[in-house]
Amino acid sequence: MALRFEILGRFNRARAAQLTLPHFVCQTPLFMPVGTQGTIKGLTTNQLEEIGCQIILGNTYHLELRPTSELIDELGGLHKFMNWPRALLTDSGGFQMVSLLHLADITEEGVTFQSPVDGKPMLLTPEESIQIQNRIGADIIMALDDVVRTTITGPRVEEAMYRTLRWIDRCIAAHKRPNEQNLFGIVQGGLDPVLRDICVKGLVDRNLPGYAIGGLSGGEDKDSFWRVVAQCTAALPEDKPRYVMGVGYPLDIVVCSALGADMYDCVYPTRTARFGTALVPEGVLKLKHKAMADDVRPIDPTCRCMVCKNYTRAYIHCLVTKDAMGSQLLSYHNLYYMMKLSRDLHSSIIQGQFPEFVRKFLRKMVLVLEMALTFVPCIFFINFSLFCFVFCFFFFFTNHELFLVNLDHFFTNAELPTSNCIPFLASWSFHVTKSH
Amino acid sequence: MKFAAQAWSNGRARAGVLQLGSCPYAIETPALLLSTRKGLPTFVSPDLLPSLPSPDSHLLQISPLHFVEGLSSKTISNIGGLPKMLGLHEYGFAAVLRDSVVCLPECDSTNKTGASFETPCGRLLIKPVEYMEMISSLKPDLWATLADEVPAWVSEKRNRTSVDRTVKWLDDCMRLSMTGGDVFGAIVGGSSIEERQRCAQEVVRRSVSGFWIGGFGLGESMDERFTLLTAVTDNLPAEKPRQICGLGLPEEVLQGIAAGIDLFDSTYIYHLTIGGFALTFPLDGIKRHVSKHVSHSQLSDIGRDHTKINLKATIYRKDTSPIVDGCNCYTCQNHTKAYINHLLNVHEMLAQILLEIHNTHHYLGFFRMIREAIHEGRFEQFRQKFIERSCDHILTAALSA
Repeated sequence: MALRFEILGRFNRARAAQLTLPHFVCQTPLFMPVGTQGTIKGLTTNQLEEIGCQIILGNTYHLELRPTSELIDELGGLHKFMNWPRALLTDSGGFQMVSLLHLADITEEGVTFQSPVDGKPMLLTPEESIQIQNRIGADIIMALDDVVRTTITGPRVEEAMYRTLRWIDRCIAAHKRPNEQNLFGIVQGGLDPVLRDICVKGLVDRNLPGYAIGGLSGGEDKDSFWRVVAQCTAALPEDKPRYVMGVGYPLDIVVCSALGADMYDCVYPTRTARFGTALVPEGVLKLKHKAMADDVRPIDPTCRCMVCKNYTRAYIHCLVTKDAMGSQLLSYHNLYYMMKLSRDLHSSIIQGQFPEFVRKFLRKMVLVLEMALTFVPCIFFINFSLFCFVFCFFFFFTNHELFLVNLDHFFTNAELPTSNCIPFLASWSFHVTKSH
Repeated sequence: MKFAAQAWSNGRARAGVLQLGSCPYAIETPALLLSTRKGLPTFVSPDLLPSLPSPDSHLLQISPLHFVEGLSSKTISNIGGLPKMLGLHEYGFAAVLRDSVVCLPECDSTNKTGASFETPCGRLLIKPVEYMEMISSLKPDLWATLADEVPAWVSEKRNRTSVDRTVKWLDDCMRLSMTGGDVFGAIVGGSSIEERQRCAQEVVRRSVSGFWIGGFGLGESMDERFTLLTAVTDNLPAEKPRQICGLGLPEEVLQGIAAGIDLFDSTYIYHLTIGGFALTFPLDGIKRHVSKHVSHSQLSDIGRDHTKINLKATIYRKDTSPIVDGCNCYTCQNHTKAYINHLLNVHEMLAQILLEIHNTHHYLGFFRMIREAIHEGRFEQFRQKFIERSCDHILTAALSA
């Protein structure tokens, strides 16, 4: 184990911690931007430090194709290669099974990919994945898991979960640098609580430095999503970091942090920037929109990043999707926003202000009301007092009778067993679906 | 704007000082104006700009044509003009329509009402009144008047017309001007010495602050260019600055300076950067510098010459040295050739960012050396050595082939 995880503060299930990795001392909850090919698109490493990035994610699959892990190893590892002094995490290449499935064949041995560079078949076994990641040299490396889409059901999910458990032992055995790199196991099991439970138990028995919750963010509904996260975070050990893979919407991060998760990664903030969308406290701002052409306000008047301090929406509007500078400036702003969100989560938990922070966060998200609605039951699940606020808030905006009836029901019950939520959730989901 | 020529070397080459209103620093000439896309360098973001040599990097050239699509003049005025819109405060801005990259003059569609340009949003005919509207919203420190630029191969008649129009538009622009920016009178004349002289003489009669020389880099040969340049500069008063468009290569810049030009644009940097090239010629005075591995690297580094290297070449795959040893630009201080080679291979934007930083830094250093040479009265020797080295290189290449 090459990490130290100290919890500095808690609020119910949420926790703020200090995660000491070989290359950096991180504060959690934290968001990790994705630097697929050894660079975050359009940003220099000193800009990333300035923004406050603590861990960058590299994609094993892409790095192995070009420039290859042998080369990275020969030149002294990825930190040195890309000149990034802080922490790095590499994935296992397993996620590409989902995203490039038509090119992959999964067997007990491993995954056979068709190389997109020269078309040759490329076998990725758990051993191979770990060897590659050992050569790349990130602070955190991920076990190879058998990923299935959450929208898939049936025996395939069960097979993938058990295979993930069998593969973790092969990963542990293959791991040659346990004192410099931390191997995280990945909880699989689709949306099935029984399978998730078996997987969590199996992984916890292996006493790994940290655990990830995988197989989410693949198109499942929010209600299933937070339930899986809640179940896993409840069952994972308190003293180990918990990483929810592929999560990048600010609201999802707040919800997962409330449920006790610590780490997140997603291409969303940088990818959406390249398409001309800025993250703002109210949700998102589409800078390509015509209305931006004569808007002389900054992207987010409350943001203190270099872009918001200097540029108007109108100017960014004329850059986005046409000039490289548009992507660069918006990526800078969006990552700044994500890092600020991480810092705010951390400090609000430590200062015992977490509910106030969440309240403020949600209040500003008015514009993405519908999206937030799907999380209402979850917020309720986390904290009753928070729910009261959320209720008043949404009641004000939606004036929904059904909500009132249900709330009344909850108020009359001093205890809040989960089973009581079910009819409420069912009706609420119905409403949300209808409103779409 | 204030300008003073301070030193001459070998007749026409001169060094001076340019002081612009919005830039608190005096900028030494001959100087490089950083070409921009919509006011910012193509890849170097504003927070990285201060890492470039200061105040050398504080002169930016903008093309008002970049804002035709996306930003109205009214919005630009509301924001408060260039420095506010770009968040660059201590920088000087020069406005010129032609950017030599995406906005080029299209002489066949130009007519007596206005000049035509090929731009990213199609062909545009710009009339003096429209141009002056753009200028008054952008509020640049200096701007060149509207010109009818023609390539070297047009008829004498067309060339004469271009001079007549350019002079007329100069008067129109100055009459319509509502801003305090300094006016650089446009001088054209294609590849006719007489027309060049006639245009220069006409423009000199107007009360302009400086001169913008257009119509170069449009098909004329380098051999005929020097005479054309001197035909213009010999007619210009010494106390006013001269800016040129269309000369980019180091040899071209040296030729321009030899003819008495003070200000150049940096489209050359853009083209190098897009092609994956990095400038490498030595900046510690031009010494005889024959790299040991030049010969063996010839085969794989296509495009390499004595001034630059092609970072896409596989020989840099494992090269952990910076582009130029001892270079103190952000790129060389932080990254290796191997990393940039990888970024180019996988088409990552950071490659262009790092290359634009290095190339700009390096080219600004080239201009600094030129100024030193002029001040020390040895410009011609400097120029000769630079060209000799290029001949040496061709010889080495020929021998090793």
